[in-house]
Amino acid sequence: MVDKQTIIEVKVDELVDKAVLMKGQGYRLVQISCTYKENFEITYSFDKDYELVHYRIHVERDEEILSISQIFFSAFIYENELKDLFGVKIKDIAIDYEGGLYRVAKKAPFAPQNKEEEEAKHV
Amino acid sequence: MSKRTIVPFGPQHPVLPEPIHLDLVLEDEKVVEAIPSIGFVHRGLEKLVEKKEFTEYVYVAERICGICSFMHGMGYCQAVENIMGIKIPERAEYLRTLWAELSRIHSHLLWLGLLADAFGFESLFMHCWKLREQILDVFESTTGGRVIFSVCKIGGVRKDIDQDTLKGIVAVIDKMQKELKELTDVFIEDYSVKHRLVGVGVLTKQEAHEVGAVGPMMRASGINQDMRKLGYAAYKYLDFEPVVENDGDCYARTLVRIREIYQSMDLIRQCAAKMPEGEIEEKFKGMPSGERFERLEQPRGEVIYYVKANGTKFLDRVRVRTPTFTNVPALLKILQGCDLADVPMMVLTIDPCISCTER
Repeated sequence: MVDKQTIIEVKVDELVDKAVLMKGQGYRLVQISCTYKENFEITYSFDKDYELVHYRIHVERDEEILSISQIFFSAFIYENELKDLFGVKIKDIAIDYEGGLYRVAKKAPFAPQNKEEEEAKHV
Repeated sequence: MSKRTIVPFGPQHPVLPEPIHLDLVLEDEKVVEAIPSIGFVHRGLEKLVEKKEFTEYVYVAERICGICSFMHGMGYCQAVENIMGIKIPERAEYLRTLWAELSRIHSHLLWLGLLADAFGFESLFMHCWKLREQILDVFESTTGGRVIFSVCKIGGVRKDIDQDTLKGIVAVIDKMQKELKELTDVFIEDYSVKHRLVGVGVLTKQEAHEVGAVGPMMRASGINQDMRKLGYAAYKYLDFEPVVENDGDCYARTLVRIREIYQSMDLIRQCAAKMPEGEIEEKFKGMPSGERFERLEQPRGEVIYYVKANGTKFLDRVRVRTPTFTNVPALLKILQGCDLADVPMMVLTIDPCISCTER
């Protein structure tokens, strides 16, 4: 069996519709991950019968996106993680920790939030 | 409505080998809601990829967890190998599979011991961990390490196992299987064990799918999915079927793990019988460029290694989606409506690995 994977780029406002579509087709939410380069590259992965489908959105730092935890409950944990680690702004999360999922001394978000903070970190 | 009380569970608790915290909202003795929080041992290992070369990061990946450390290294290596188009030698695939299945046995035995300890069966706990020692001895004799092996590298493995040692491993497994049968009979048949596990923490097939449960947690609820069926490493050459139970309770999760130990023993015998002669490492040149989501079946379930490479020796991103992190929503689901006294059993039967979760 080959691990078939497809990455599909979608617009931010199409994401919730895609999540509803995936739910309707019987897919399972596998993970949500984020990479930051010039903006947040967030990938939502769904699985059905060993086939992975990834929907990818690009989000600007000050842009707010909608949670999909009302569609896939398990999304709440990934979305809180994105908030804590990267500072992605997500609204309507089923259980919103407001940056407190990781109980560490450092205040969330952990990643630098602007150019100055980024530069200060690289000194 | 009864008065609501919030009871903190963890991060220090007799049944928790590692720290996780739950705020349990109770009405009398019933849990109506559970809010988890983590971060007590958060290490930021994903971030460390920016400072380690991609060949060095294998050592970091292995240190994510001390129980499935080999499979973390293997997952990372597979992801990079797939990005770079490296086909590792067949013998290396078999060796990786062998160590992975030994890791599964050791992890499940460790968990069975912890479960026995949690429901107060101290001697059963000791017997489980005594058996587990034999697997750790095999690790030590074949890799030099009992917890962290450092035998996995991009392109293959560092150490070979000669034919006599392979026969020795099969002999250990055969001997262990008899001793294991005595132990697992207690877990399966004993009245007091069943009393604590049967009908407790039921997760239906539908719920397991909806909350995205993985691994034994998912298979105990009747979902037939095991990432080893993707055919990575030597699994494509081996004959096995996922272990599935249908009741979805703590007992079913225990049965799945017990049956998986026997399955792993069989897979080890198959590996020893089918392992071809040959090289154990494929030399490679160049730097990785591209991205890959790599999936493996760890003892606790599906793990995902996401690697994004930019053509330099430093990767852009490594993301590890571990099975325990994914099973937290499933845990919340089964905790709703349970008795406070059953909470430890339920927390334990997801087989929580907080080192993995915290990364």
